[in-house]
Amino acid sequence: MKFNIYLYIIIMASVTYLIRMLPLTLIRKEIKSKKIRSFLYYVPYVTLSVMTFPAILSSTESVWSALAGFIIAIIIAYRGGSLVKVSMGSCMAVFLLELFI
Amino acid sequence: MSMLMLQLQYFTIVKENFEMKDKKAWFKKGIKDGIPIALGYFAISFSLGIAAKNTGLTAIQAMLMSLTNLTATGEFVALGLISSGATYLEMAVTQLVINLRYCLMSCSLSQKVDPKAPYFHRFLLSAGVTDEIFGISSNVEGKLSPFYSYGAMCVAVPAWTFGTFLGVTAGNIMPARVLSALSIALFGMFIAIIVPPAKDDKVLAGVIIISMLSATLFYYLPVVSKISSGFRIIILTVVIAGIAAVLFPTESEEAEHEI
Repeated sequence: MKFNIYLYIIIMASVTYLIRMLPLTLIRKEIKSKKIRSFLYYVPYVTLSVMTFPAILSSTESVWSALAGFIIAIIIAYRGGSLVKVSMGSCMAVFLLELFI
Repeated sequence: MSMLMLQLQYFTIVKENFEMKDKKAWFKKGIKDGIPIALGYFAISFSLGIAAKNTGLTAIQAMLMSLTNLTATGEFVALGLISSGATYLEMAVTQLVINLRYCLMSCSLSQKVDPKAPYFHRFLLSAGVTDEIFGISSNVEGKLSPFYSYGAMCVAVPAWTFGTFLGVTAGNIMPARVLSALSIALFGMFIAIIVPPAKDDKVLAGVIIISMLSATLFYYLPVVSKISSGFRIIILTVVIAGIAAVLFPTESEEAEHEI
């Protein structure tokens, strides 16, 4: 490995802490700009979507089990399942399907 | 005169006593609400530990990463960056963009924290701004006592750290089938975060679908697929969220969705 893992960890921890700390300590007034609020509102959804698909398809041992896990996760999430339920549900789907592959 | 002083002292003691009890009650309530979070964290951090091991991290390094970062998404992506030998700058910028959502949460929490709480609490609270702890913290009625969040952090953070440790150390005694199944856990969690708010929001649903299609295009198209995954995420996020913000600015109330 070319780079130092501890240095990676220090960098990511510092950046992540600063993101969390600066608004809490500096901003005491409400953000008024509609554009910035909207942008920040969309950011997590776009980031998570971009990271989930198509990467999810290569996360398990078979594309088909991954696809099943993906669909099951969407169904459980759509029905209002909790974070843990959705997560474990997709794991179960992958596990069960891979018994037959 | 001395009578008055005595009385004043008495009232101060009573008031302090009351506040002390208040802190304890909030702390206990935080622990209670933090237990389901801890359970979920344990399962997810276990698969994170497995991924960390596959990337070549030792148990100590993985634990340290989990303890200091407390972000499944950020750590998961970081592992991908580490294994691809990304530069330190790429790491910093990727974490900044991926974790920008915490910025919004912290902004919202900054309005929620009890203004009577001493200022230094804001520095401690910051460490625990995760999707879930933020979720329950902003759900509290009235102003937020920092001790409520501390209670939740006290059970959730050790679960997150220890789960990562077990994933690294005990991951290989798990059968391959179980490993394969657990590998999808983090993606399941992402889906659990993005799908429910999109149910009643067609624009958001469209944004999510376009994001996934764009990512697929970027993954397979000849030229753009050479861009490293970290910057691919940054570019797509800034462009798509930027366009969405211009075309479909959210109502101020909507932007306060708890994510």
